Amino acid sequence: MRRTPAELVGARPEPGHTIDFDGRPIPALPGQTIAAALWAEGILAWRTTRVNGRPRGAFCGIGACYDCLATVNGQASQRTCLLPAEPGTTVTTQEGHGRADLAV
Amino acid sequence: MPTSPSERPAPYDLAVIGAGPAGLAAAVTAAELGLRCVLLDAGPRPGGQYYRHPAPGLGAAHPERLHHGWSAFTGLTGRLAASTVTHLTEHHVWTAEQGDTWRLHATVGAGSTGSAVVEAKAVLLATGAYERQLPFPGWTLPGVVTAGGAQAMLKAGLVLPGRRIVVAGSGPLLLAAASSLVSAGAGVPAVVEAGNYLGYARGLGTLAANPAKLVEGAGHGARLLRGKVRLRRSSAVVEAHGTDRVTGVTVARLDAEWRPVPGTERRIDCDALAVGHGLLPQIELATELGAETVLTADRTVALKVDDGLRTSLPGLWAAGETCGVGGADLAIAEGELAARVIAGAPVPTALRRRRDRRRAFAGLMAAAHRPGPGWTDWLRPDTDVCRCEEVSVAAVREAVEELGATDSRTVKLLTRAGMGWCQGRMCGPAVACLSGSSELRPDSRPLSCPVPLAQLADGS
Repeated sequence: MRRTPAELVGARPEPGHTIDFDGRPIPALPGQTIAAALWAEGILAWRTTRVNGRPRGAFCGIGACYDCLATVNGQASQRTCLLPAEPGTTVTTQEGHGRADLAV
Repeated sequence: MPTSPSERPAPYDLAVIGAGPAGLAAAVTAAELGLRCVLLDAGPRPGGQYYRHPAPGLGAAHPERLHHGWSAFTGLTGRLAASTVTHLTEHHVWTAEQGDTWRLHATVGAGSTGSAVVEAKAVLLATGAYERQLPFPGWTLPGVVTAGGAQAMLKAGLVLPGRRIVVAGSGPLLLAAASSLVSAGAGVPAVVEAGNYLGYARGLGTLAANPAKLVEGAGHGARLLRGKVRLRRSSAVVEAHGTDRVTGVTVARLDAEWRPVPGTERRIDCDALAVGHGLLPQIELATELGAETVLTADRTVALKVDDGLRTSLPGLWAAGETCGVGGADLAIAEGELAARVIAGAPVPTALRRRRDRRRAFAGLMAAAHRPGPGWTDWLRPDTDVCRCEEVSVAAVREAVEELGATDSRTVKLLTRAGMGWCQGRMCGPAVACLSGSSELRPDSRPLSCPVPLAQLADGS
């Protein structure tokens, strides 16, 4: 039987909570980033690109590449690999620059 | 918030930027020698990328199982807790101003919503490195992640990008990443290394002087053997397959110049790919001020420093990866050495020797994993070079071959490659290579991270 990362480090997390991803509840543990919570659910993409509409998610995982941007609590272009998945956080798949509301 | 001169606190003796191995070692050493020291770091916890570890809420009883040399880190954090160092977490320094004293401007908080200005008489740059990427068809698919990113997400978030992860690229990080992924329960069907490891044989004396490095390598090797991981040398992932996420990769043999050998392609099924081609020193805070640089053996640009780790700018020191990538042991030695020089304390001979041995090993490692010029043969016209601005190989080649661009800057102006959010951190090496510029210069980044306009307006 394969072990998990949590088993490897003997993790006993504090009670978890959920965040909202496109209307779907996603479990998260205290201290996990939004990107980590999404990976734990097998979700790898939460943005589409501006030019070709291609799916993207976390790439560098350390805040350098900006591929993991999403709309978080209504604010566009947030780095999900840095932001904690706090209780009640709302994450929305970002289409393009995520500022369609500013279109004229 | 602007502060009038009368309210301004006295400048610190030393500001250390970056709380990884080099910065931690420097800050605690300097404070123990009596300096008033501030340590600024973008992350929420000390350790940098190398000692990245789970948040307390995840309750990890054994974080050391995802680390090499964990006791060195706990030793440093123990000294930090007992020291007078002011540790400012989630402070990302975006520019450094020279004057009578240094003024460091930082965004504050994970969402960069706050701001701070810190003044100090001397600055030590310990900002580490980020991964070098070389593009290939399919590298923008979800499930393709950087090797360091897979490590970071695992070490801090205890998560994996998939269950069957190919590890590819070049450099010692690949073995460390594969070893962690296997330990954490992932299947790793192959580690695909573009170099051939024969480069290490050219430095037997250097290897013999660094037995700890051999033991570290042997440890990774044993774990990979137990995990039935196959190491494919002189090979590269030349394409990632899939429509909305990666489902497999094509691996090909490379010749000595890293040119794919036709007819050697084979497909490996996987649901994730962790890829990287060594590390790039993160030095823009210094190069924007005109600090001199050197070219390392694997063709990266690092800060030029003297025996006391002084950069060419008065009052600015550097330690660890910013002086050329060489790993945590070297970074700790250099952090301590720089702090001693800054404090005017003697440098023990044993410390200097340890540093010199590790520096020599870093040079050997860099030469062994230097990218060959033939890698561009695996590109296709429609491969994106710049991930942010979605600029294709065809567009970059048109700028070079038809519009006469001869360097990255002109390619950027003509195509937008490198003009996006990451400021060319992901595409920089590839664009420089495709533009044919023989001279490698530091990337220009006047602000080292995006800064809200209100903070810029307030920054004076």
